[in-house]
Amino acid sequence: MSVEPKDGLTNGSAAAAVLAAGVGCLALAVLAFAGDKSAAIKVGLNFYKPTGPLSGVTTLALVVWVVVWVILEVRWRSKTVAAGRVAGIGLGLLGLGLLLTFPPVVDLF
Amino acid sequence: MEISVRGLWTLIHGMGFGALYLLGCSGLLVELFRGEAAAPVPGRFLRIYLLGMVVVAWFAVLSGTYVVYPWYRAALPKGATDLTQYPQRLLLASPATAGWHSLGMEWKEHVAWFVPIAMTMVAFVAMRYGSGLRAHSRLRAAVLGFAVVSFGAAGVAGFFGAMIDKVAPVQGGGTIMLSGGGER
Repeated sequence: MSVEPKDGLTNGSAAAAVLAAGVGCLALAVLAFAGDKSAAIKVGLNFYKPTGPLSGVTTLALVVWVVVWVILEVRWRSKTVAAGRVAGIGLGLLGLGLLLTFPPVVDLF
Repeated sequence: MEISVRGLWTLIHGMGFGALYLLGCSGLLVELFRGEAAAPVPGRFLRIYLLGMVVVAWFAVLSGTYVVYPWYRAALPKGATDLTQYPQRLLLASPATAGWHSLGMEWKEHVAWFVPIAMTMVAFVAMRYGSGLRAHSRLRAAVLGFAVVSFGAAGVAGFFGAMIDKVAPVQGGGTIMLSGGGER
């Protein structure tokens, strides 16, 4: 997916940020979905009792987002990547995340 | 004229951070769309504006999740019959209001977190690339897409937050007297 830059500011850093944001949003939605469907996961996500499972869902999603962002940034910042593909995947993950947070969709499963 | 401590925090969360974000984001979207012709140059003002939006977005979700939400979902003590201090229980007690929780709050509490994630990314890319983002049209479109979604997600969160607070307000925790005006 990546090639060496020819000149100027490469698109790698922006691509890393976009893709990581998509991954972070989807991770949040998947964790929320898992907590909704499994009592054991729901208990495991209860990091802070007053807030309940939402504390675990958001904390873990943020960890996933930041870790993925750092890894991609390190790997891509000086490279030019396939921008259209990365942008499409990032937006696709965001869209999937939006769907999975919508309660009527969650209730279908 | 008085307000409860919990009511004040709800106000800070919704009317403060939430509404401020929506206002700020609408301005940013105009700037980003306008950038189709002339991409925004991240001058000092725009940098402060973007950083401000990131901070407001994070404060909105953190204050909602860790300050207001625990009061909203507080467990009902055994034998309690007055549900006014337990908004989630109050909503679920009637089929006419249960949807405000099962659809409204269940959606709001998760989708709202997309807002700071998206806006942090938007701010990072805009500040790093500035007008240079024009050269990366597909990524620029993706950044704009995330900004639009963050605005929409904040709108969903704001709408349901306001409606839920109308039907089952978060209240209690002491009273703050704003003024002692009498009846006229």
